Amino acid sequence: MAAVTSPLRACRGILKELRIAKGSDYRNTLVYKHVLEQFRRNQFCRARMDALHAARTYLCLLTSTRMHLRLHERYHGRGDRALEEVAGLVGLRLPTQPGGKGWET
Amino acid sequence: MMLRNICRYQRQFGQVIWPFSFPQGQHVPSLSTHLQKAKYASGTTERKKFYENVSIAQGEGGLFEINLDKRKLKTPGGKLFTVPNEALAIAVATEWDAQKDTLKFYTMHLTTLCNTALDNPTQRTKEQMISAALKFLETDTICYRVEEPPGLVELQRNEWDPVMNWIEQRYNVVIGSSSNIMGPQIPEETKETFQQHLNSYNLWSMTGLEYVITQLKSLVLSFGLIDRHLSVEQAVVLSRLEEEYQIQRWGNVEWVHDYDMYELQARTAAGAMFVHLSSESTAVKRKILHD
Repeated sequence: MAAVTSPLRACRGILKELRIAKGSDYRNTLVYKHVLEQFRRNQFCRARMDALHAARTYLCLLTSTRMHLRLHERYHGRGDRALEEVAGLVGLRLPTQPGGKGWET
Repeated sequence: MMLRNICRYQRQFGQVIWPFSFPQGQHVPSLSTHLQKAKYASGTTERKKFYENVSIAQGEGGLFEINLDKRKLKTPGGKLFTVPNEALAIAVATEWDAQKDTLKFYTMHLTTLCNTALDNPTQRTKEQMISAALKFLETDTICYRVEEPPGLVELQRNEWDPVMNWIEQRYNVVIGSSSNIMGPQIPEETKETFQQHLNSYNLWSMTGLEYVITQLKSLVLSFGLIDRHLSVEQAVVLSRLEEEYQIQRWGNVEWVHDYDMYELQARTAAGAMFVHLSSESTAVKRKILHD
């Protein structure tokens, strides 16, 4: 298996994702300490390859979740305009329902 | 006012089966039970983040729990949320910690997998999952080859054949591929070999593996990922080979292609992590060391 990412790059990548997610406080989190401990511990051949794969997998999880969320907010989030405004664009008005719509809680 | 809010919560989350119920309108439950119940939103509403700090704790039998402020996390089915080792607990805690003002459950893949393993809402056994996985082999993505266009034929050959060779060698089986609609004929010995291998998985790992297979639409690619022969990114590219081919020809549309790709990567990565972490148990190791 071709190791595209070195352990150092994987570690840096994860820490960067944590900084994006948590802000300046990221060093105080459990996951930060756990990640650093894992990287320091695994020095031997077989465990190292396994650990590297695990690190790359976690990095992929963090990055992909963030990118997916970003695209979701950008393209699938709520519209910027209120419903009334959208109706107003085509010259219509929403009917008034004093009792509220049936499906709104 | 309080009573109306209580009824509103009950209606919203009525579809979830709670382990206890109380008569409507007669007695007022405490605020903390409400916050626990209201934790998992229905499809249309979003829950606000109702906690500041996330921490983990080791409880009974060496299992780990997640605490949101002072409250213990529970599954949608009402069970106490427990995981077998610390690494998985930390990863789940990080998912909860990363939430901003509203809780976006569709980004919390590890939590979802744990909930599925703990609640097992469809009551499936390990044997059922194994036979479903083996059945999937008959419709495995990388066993289905097209006959045209020649660019895609070649791409499938160049990218999928090596993985096929790897798995046939690694497990000493014959799978083969096919370009007709009937698919490949999987020999019984092959199924038996895989069945034996899958039997060594525990229920949690099997839940994770089933999830990965569903995402990648391929048992072969899933094995490649779990056995660490492929990275998540590689497995996802191979799973989406035809899409990638079309994207190269016709161009990329961010809000469809990238969106799908990132979602698939996130879910697959979570599934793989879940399998690996469920296969080890630091709780057991700790007990042995102390004896």
